[in-house]
Amino acid sequence: MSNWDRFVETFFNAKVMAKYLPDIAYGMLVTVELAALVIVAGLASGLALALLRSLGFRPVNLLIVFVVDLFRALPPLVIIVFIYFGLPAVDVAPSGFVSTWLSLALVLTAFSEEIFWAGITSIAKGQWEAARSTGLSYGQTLMNVVLPQALRLTIPPLTNRTIAITKGTALGTVVAVSEILGMASSAMSNSYNPSPLTLGAGAYLILFLPMVILGRWLETKMAWKR
Amino acid sequence: MPGKPIVEARGIHKHFGALHVLKGVDLVLAERELVFVIGPSGSGKSTLLRCLNRLEQPSSGSVVVDGVDLLDPRTDINHARQRIGMVFQSFNLYPHMTALGNVTLALRKVAGKSRSEADALGSAALARVGLADRAGHTPGQLSGGQQQRVAIARAIALEPRVMLFDEPTSALDPELVGSVLGVMRDLRESGMTMVVVSHEMGFARNAADRVVFMDEGAIIEEGTPAAIFETPGHERTRAFIGQIQRH
Repeated sequence: MSNWDRFVETFFNAKVMAKYLPDIAYGMLVTVELAALVIVAGLASGLALALLRSLGFRPVNLLIVFVVDLFRALPPLVIIVFIYFGLPAVDVAPSGFVSTWLSLALVLTAFSEEIFWAGITSIAKGQWEAARSTGLSYGQTLMNVVLPQALRLTIPPLTNRTIAITKGTALGTVVAVSEILGMASSAMSNSYNPSPLTLGAGAYLILFLPMVILGRWLETKMAWKR
Repeated sequence: MPGKPIVEARGIHKHFGALHVLKGVDLVLAERELVFVIGPSGSGKSTLLRCLNRLEQPSSGSVVVDGVDLLDPRTDINHARQRIGMVFQSFNLYPHMTALGNVTLALRKVAGKSRSEADALGSAALARVGLADRAGHTPGQLSGGQQQRVAIARAIALEPRVMLFDEPTSALDPELVGSVLGVMRDLRESGMTMVVVSHEMGFARNAADRVVFMDEGAIIEEGTPAAIFETPGHERTRAFIGQIQRH
């Protein structure tokens, strides 16, 4: 057996792959669910916090900055472990899925709040003044003039950050979530062959490459002619 | 002074921290009057203008425009601002909207017009500034002079009683200034009350009823354009006029 054959046998074993394909497909489904819930909750609450921060209530803003900095500093795995193994001590016992979702959603909230906030503050003061001078209220100016411009600016960094954090669904494997990596590694130990991991890598590419491309497309589509 | 006062700012003081920017300024305009405010940079003229629609909150004093006390906490400032148009040095058009979108936003959101009503009024306003054929262009596709005319259309579409101009031509290339001044002259002829912070002396000479010279947060003197430009009574006015005429 040549080295090449050994390599193919190890990482691209067709028999093993065929056997575990349904498992990996199920893992993909779980990953998609988890990722979608993380993105929706993380971006929505990140935007909500940024809007709340724009109102300029000092005590509220200090709290937001503190929480945001906390979740930007902590490794997601630490938060997952803390929620999954720590919360039962106070009689709340979230599942591995919920723990992973909550942790990643909190981290995405923190990062996206900062990105949305940076977008909002980057809009020139003159835009606010022009809109307010025509009688638009603070909220109307925010929603019609400032936010549409800010969101365009935030799309590239937001896409990057969202992808980076959503890939963290693989961390769910530590708390027994049957997502792609979890399914692949148990298939690997059952079959004594790493080919399921190759399948897993393929599954991640299938899921995340379109997200990268979507981000790129949004970036060009939402740019306005300067 | 002809007619009854439409703008009455009295005893305006404005502090920015330790900085005393306006030191008890009075500015009263009759209906259909055009007043030019000139003065060196930092003299407080832009701040005074911005007090007239409460973009800047005066530290003390009173501002009454079209019978509405702008500093009364019970005043609905967003409602009052519809009647006070403002044009900025840097245009401040919304870059993500077309020219028509810029003009119709407040018509729809503040004046409560339907989209079709707003579009009709907006198109009419763009036609008044000579840009009917640019309605679908975004600000990035327009020259500076066209952008400033769209900004004027955005203000006049709301049918204001008073228009405030904050150095409307200072950011323009010299060859584009004329088109903006032309629109301002038309507005003037239609009887609009206007306060203009600008150093366009030629325009002031032809169009202004009154020129107000400010320095260090106070009005030093005021009078007809001829009086201020030819025979200024105050040494500081003379020095300033001399300086801007050398350019």
